[in-house]
Amino acid sequence: MNGTVHFAKVKERQKAWLISLLFLLIFLCFWQLITRPSTGGKTEGLPGPFAVAQRAWEMVSDPFYDRGANDKGIGVQLLHSLGRLAVGYTAASLLAIFLGVVLGLYPTLYRAVNPYIQILKPISPLAWMPLFLYTVKNSAWAAVMVVFMSSIWPTLANTAFGVISIKRDYLNVSSLLQLSWLSRFFKVILPAAAPAIVAGLRISIGGAWIAIVAAEMLIGGTGIGYFVWNEWNNLQLTSVISAILTIGGVGVLLDAGFARLAKNLSYTE
Amino acid sequence: MAFLEIEKVSKYFPGSNGKGAICVFKDVHFHIEKGEFVTMVGHSGCGKTTLLNIIAGFETPNEGGIVLDGKEITDPGLDRMVVFQNFALMPWMTVRDNIRIAVRAAYRQWDRRRVGEYVQQYINMVGLAGSEDKKPAALSGGMRQRVGLARAFAVQPKVLLLDEPFAQIDALTRGVIQEELIRMWMATKNTVFMVTHDVDEAILLSDKIALMSDGPEARLAEMIEIGIPRPRSRETLIENPDFTRIRKHVLNFLVERSRRVQSEPQISSALSPVGSQFSSTEVTG
Repeated sequence: MNGTVHFAKVKERQKAWLISLLFLLIFLCFWQLITRPSTGGKTEGLPGPFAVAQRAWEMVSDPFYDRGANDKGIGVQLLHSLGRLAVGYTAASLLAIFLGVVLGLYPTLYRAVNPYIQILKPISPLAWMPLFLYTVKNSAWAAVMVVFMSSIWPTLANTAFGVISIKRDYLNVSSLLQLSWLSRFFKVILPAAAPAIVAGLRISIGGAWIAIVAAEMLIGGTGIGYFVWNEWNNLQLTSVISAILTIGGVGVLLDAGFARLAKNLSYTE
Repeated sequence: MAFLEIEKVSKYFPGSNGKGAICVFKDVHFHIEKGEFVTMVGHSGCGKTTLLNIIAGFETPNEGGIVLDGKEITDPGLDRMVVFQNFALMPWMTVRDNIRIAVRAAYRQWDRRRVGEYVQQYINMVGLAGSEDKKPAALSGGMRQRVGLARAFAVQPKVLLLDEPFAQIDALTRGVIQEELIRMWMATKNTVFMVTHDVDEAILLSDKIALMSDGPEARLAEMIEIGIPRPRSRETLIENPDFTRIRKHVLNFLVERSRRVQSEPQISSALSPVGSQFSSTEVTG
């Protein structure tokens, strides 16, 4: 019985894979069709799938070369972007989790601060760029601060919500045991709110990855966003499309990492 | 001076329209001696769980106060451990970690090895050897409450507060765990205050039963002494004539009289008018 169910599930998964592949095939054919020379349409002259695949292969097979300011391998550019992401995101997350816990534990404070959060949350992180450039006078740090602004709100809101929703019983037990503030924080509050916090972190990393590409287009110099813009200026559309696909791939990996973290930290009552 | 003194405690909740206050219970006054097992029985809404929460320090009384071992209670603390109706185990911790966090909190000067051995001793005591590394979600209700009992007993508090501890456990398992509770209580001679709906359970476990009249403005109506000698067991109890008499009296109170007590405050002021007739010559405990 169980075996049959399992078998049915495997079959379903195979079917999904097949349909996915079919879609990919249709898309590639369509792409090839609209980019073939002498169509006369607006897409004429765009690189087709074969040209892009060839360029992508070149880029991937030598990712870490560095031949001056405007000619760096895609791996080098990605590392620059990921470095900024790591710094801005880590700082934002630590602050957001700490503030979220405080707001979650003191509902009055939460109510007082909430209007400001609501106003700040929908602002595009890129809108802050001029202020950051003016204040820190360093474009790389300004990009880091854009990442910071893009990843603070979802984590903050989710953490506060997660802490507010902690069952009264768990807090009662920790006050019975007279746990210190530290062990209350690390052993009860954080693990209890972990599923909500990780959900926030996951939204944040997605937003941060989107923001860093745009920020790097503005600041120039290094990074995958700058790479896209630079290749556009060189009219190297094969490189642009390859880079777009790379950005998507890295986004998937980042999200998958947090999906796994979410699975490890979830609990059933 | 008694060990645990509940001194003329009254509790009000704010009224639903925002003004005025609803009195849950008024002037509840009784004492529990060291090593005594006292159970409070009453209908839903009489405030018995609220009183337990006040003793635990989760809530504060509006009038009166609680004195434990000569000190007034203001906050929750390790001298009073609660066994919760819904177990209140940390679902992200294993069985062992759920007990260990309590043991480490209670015996801060112990090293890791001593804590580990002590935790294992209590895991064995409640028959959970082999399940140390399971999460609560993987356990039945009965097994979860065993963890709850082990956590509470391991701290060796001055008072154990049991808040309808067996209400969410299936009837067959309930009897087994009740007997385990008696065994642990006899071994440790803990002072226990329990709250329950279950009259049989109250008689089986307690030295005294505190009967509450119905809320709002519930009163402590009677204090009944259960003189039935220990050890008691479910099987022998049903044939005991004292058991039948007390059971009938309590049920009669809950069905017939608990509603009328409010209008007859003279009954509520007498602490044990009926109790004496059930007392055997010797009070155990």
